[in-house]
Amino acid sequence: MEYIIIIISAVFVNNIVLAKFLGICPFLGVSSKVETSVGMSGAVLFVITIATIVTYLIMHYVLIPLGIGYMQTVAYILVIAALVQMVEIILKKASPSLYQALGVFLPLITTNCAILGVAILVIQNDFNLLQSVVFAIATAIGFALALIIFAGIRESLDLVELPKGMKGAPIALVVAGILALAFMGFTGIV
Amino acid sequence: MSQLTNFTKGFVKENPLFVLLLGMCPALGTTTSALNGLGMGLATTFVLVMANISISMVKNVIPAKVRIPSFIVIIASFVTIVDLSMAGFLPALHAQLGLFIPLIVVNCIVLGRAEAFASKNTIGSSAIDGLGMGLGFSFALALLGAVREVLGSGKVFNITLFPDKYAMLVFVLAPGAFFALGYLISIMNRIAKKN
Repeated sequence: MEYIIIIISAVFVNNIVLAKFLGICPFLGVSSKVETSVGMSGAVLFVITIATIVTYLIMHYVLIPLGIGYMQTVAYILVIAALVQMVEIILKKASPSLYQALGVFLPLITTNCAILGVAILVIQNDFNLLQSVVFAIATAIGFALALIIFAGIRESLDLVELPKGMKGAPIALVVAGILALAFMGFTGIV
Repeated sequence: MSQLTNFTKGFVKENPLFVLLLGMCPALGTTTSALNGLGMGLATTFVLVMANISISMVKNVIPAKVRIPSFIVIIASFVTIVDLSMAGFLPALHAQLGLFIPLIVVNCIVLGRAEAFASKNTIGSSAIDGLGMGLGFSFALALLGAVREVLGSGKVFNITLFPDKYAMLVFVLAPGAFFALGYLISIMNRIAKKN
C-alpha cells in the first residue's frame, strides 16, 4: 500500500514537471515530436533509477559514516556526471540498438535537474533503498507522461495560426500551464 | 565591448530568463512571491560571480579535456557555501526555496557563463559579466514573482494592494507560474523588437 501511495503521488499528484518544476529544460527542449520525447523519457527512466541507487549508497555508506554529509551537492553532481558517461560507454558496447535510441539524449541528462532533484529528495524524505527505487521509477514515469502528452499537443500546435508574439516558448509555457491545471485535479487523491 | 555594455547586457538584450530561456526550473519553482524570487536570484548571482572569478583565475591551468567536470566542482563548492550560509543566517528563506538551492549547480546559466565567458576572459570582466547576468536573472525572477504575487494574493513585497478575495489563487499555484512566465516572455519579446 505504501508503495502504491508513493507511485500515485509521484506520477500524478506531485508530478515532477508540472507540480515541482524539475526537468523543465528537456520538457520544453525535446517536446516538439512524440518520437524524441519517448526516447528522452526512456533515457531519463534509465539514468534516474541508476543514479538514485548509486547516490543513495554513497550517501549512506560513504558520506554519513565519514561525517561529511554537507558535501552532498558536490559528491552527487560528480557521481551523476561520471555515471552518465559510464552508462553511455557501456550502452555503446553492450546494446548498440538501445544506444541508438537513447544515445543523443544521454549527454543532455547531466544537466537535467530532475536527476539531482530526485537524488536529494529521497534523502530529505528519509526513504529506504527500496522506497527510493520505487520513487525514482515513479518520478520518471510521471516525467514521461507529462512529456509525451505535451509533445502530442505541441505537434498539433504547429498547425495552428498564432499571434506573432506567442510563437515558440510563450505558447509552449501557456500550454504547459493548462496541462498543470489539469494535473491539479489529482490533488487530494493521496 | 565596453565594461558598461558587458554589465547591462544581462538585463534586457541577453536576459538569461526572458531571452536565453535558461534557468527555467528555479524561475518557475521559487517565484511564489517577489521576495522569494529575489532571494533565489541573489543566491544565483553570488554563485555566478564567484564561479566566474574562480574559473577565469584557473582557466590556464585546467587542461581543456577535463574543464567541464572541473567547472562543475568549482560551481558545486560555491553552491554548498550558499546553501550552508542561507541555512544558518536566513532559515525562513532557505526553507521556502528548499530543493532549489542545491539545484543551482545544474542551472544552465552558471555553467553556460563559465564555458562561454569566464574561460576566455580576464578576471575583471568575468566578474562584471557574472554580476550583470546574475542581477538580470534576479530582476527577471523578482518581476515574475511580483506578477504572481499581485495576481495571486493581491500583495507585492508583502504590501497589500487589494483584498485577497479579488485575487486569483491559481497564480500562486503551479499552473500560474507557467501562464505568468509565458506571457512575460511574449511581452519581453515585443519590447525587445521595438528597440
